[in-house]
Amino acid sequence: MKPPPFKYHACRTIDEAVGILDSDPDGSKVLAGGQSLVPVLNLRLAAPDNLVDINSIESLDHIRVQPDHVAIGAGTRQYVVERSDQLHSVLPVVREALSHVGHSQIRNRGTVVGSICHADPAAEMPAVFLTVGGEVTAHSAAGTRTIGSDDFFESYLTTALEPNEIVTQVKFDIPSGRTGWYFEEVARRHGDFAILGVVALVSLEGDTVSRARITIFGGGATPLRMTAAEQLITGAKASDIGGDLLERAAIEASAAVRPTDDIHASADYRRHVAGLLTRRAVTRSLERAGSPA
Amino acid sequence: MAMSSKQIVELNVNGIPHQLLVEPRKTLADVLRDDLGLTGTKLGCEHGVCGACTVLVDGRAIRACLMFAVQAQGPEITTVEGLASDGELDHIQKAFAENHGLQCGYCTPGMLMTAHAFLAENPEPTREQICEGMNGNLCRCTGYQNIIKSTAAAAKAAK
Ligand SMILES: Cc1cc2nc3c(=O)[nH]c(=O)nc-3n(C[C@H](O)[C@H](O)[C@H](O)COP(=O)(O)OP(=O)(O)OC[C@H]3O[C@@H](n4cnc5c(N)ncnc54)[C@H](O)[C@@H]3O)c2cc1C
Ligand code: FES
Ligand code: FES
Repeated sequence: MKPPPFKYHACRTIDEAVGILDSDPDGSKVLAGGQSLVPVLNLRLAAPDNLVDINSIESLDHIRVQPDHVAIGAGTRQYVVERSDQLHSVLPVVREALSHVGHSQIRNRGTVVGSICHADPAAEMPAVFLTVGGEVTAHSAAGTRTIGSDDFFESYLTTALEPNEIVTQVKFDIPSGRTGWYFEEVARRHGDFAILGVVALVSLEGDTVSRARITIFGGGATPLRMTAAEQLITGAKASDIGGDLLERAAIEASAAVRPTDDIHASADYRRHVAGLLTRRAVTRSLERAGSPA
Repeated sequence: MAMSSKQIVELNVNGIPHQLLVEPRKTLADVLRDDLGLTGTKLGCEHGVCGACTVLVDGRAIRACLMFAVQAQGPEITTVEGLASDGELDHIQKAFAENHGLQCGYCTPGMLMTAHAFLAENPEPTREQICEGMNGNLCRCTGYQNIIKSTAAAAKAAK
């Protein structure tokens, strides 16, 4: 249970880190909080030649709250994001979701961006990113590009990032209008990865749902937007969203997930929970948005 | 596979500066135990799950099996050996001893370090907060009840 040998690079600048990655893209790995990568190394599931440590790049450590989005740097640790009152006041779902990420000792080192790059389908932060919407900024020797949340997650632990790219920050969009949110996950124990979970944002204009975002995580190879369920309630009057519509949204969600059996739960159970959590997410988000529903 | 050569690493552990020659792939836990002889820090799973290796880095509890020693240069590292002074247990260690917060003792250093960081942030915790704050550490002996009791007693004793 010891990592295989590697060359360690304590990078001071983004350019330095990008340069090493570019010289050996397939043999290098970015090291952020290490809370997913170091277990992989200790178990010898990977043996990179170069470890590109970005923890000492000061410009990567920031939280910037703007009128329409929040930017979180790739060096910013989960516990710092969890405690940011400024971020909490505009996106309260983030704190709630982070409280379910591992344990305090994990969040003291782990980063929000690292979790998104790791792209575990049962992880909380990728699901939050997909729900609130936004983009990551990726740097490589060739330049800078942004990747939107809808295009980022490709498959199990696989993203749209190239091996020579480093994500420098993630932007979470701040919803406009009266918006309610919901987060819930079913796990064996608090701190474990979810068996299944939901993240939702529902915005109202007057009494009408103007935007709905519902993501199920742990129900497939990536976090999944429940677009059919979203469409069902978008445009509906909050006061009309009751038994029948909720039932249909739940059925849509159960049909949209792609779960597998594992030692924690059967695929059937996960499909059932996906419907249940979707129904609850819509109801509670509407309550939080302040509608009479 | 890359060659891994040793490099100089400077660590500040329990108030004492050390200069060591170690491979970058060596975790902080291994360096504490093998190079500094501080075997109070335990290794259980070596992939972040059990919490036996918990130490403080600038007062925050972290998994010493998930951090390389080369990354731990600069901050103040505290291990279980740094808690007692002049042979006198600190108030959290005493609370564990008095409330049967340990049996075999293997998880205890990690529990103590976690309790330290937790109580520093939550000096007057509820039982529920204790359960959540301590839930990143596994114990195969006690059934946890006395660990929760010990942590609550330590909070009281600090007042
Ligand atoms: C016991 C335990 C329990 C956990 N429980 C949970 C849980 O319940 N939910 C959860 O979501 N997570 C959980 N985690 C994982 C934790 O949240 C990690 O912190 C997170 O998944 C990865 O973030 P990191 O900063 O530690 O990244 P690292 O481990 O350093 O990196 C992870 C991967 O992402 C890549 N990467 C990281 N940053 C960048 C970047 N800026 N640009 C490009 N690539 C990058 C790395 O190369 C690596 O492949 C747990 C971990 C442990 C040890
Ligand atoms: S040995 Fe580090 S968490 Fe188990
Ligand atoms: S006292 Fe034996 S593992 Fe906790």
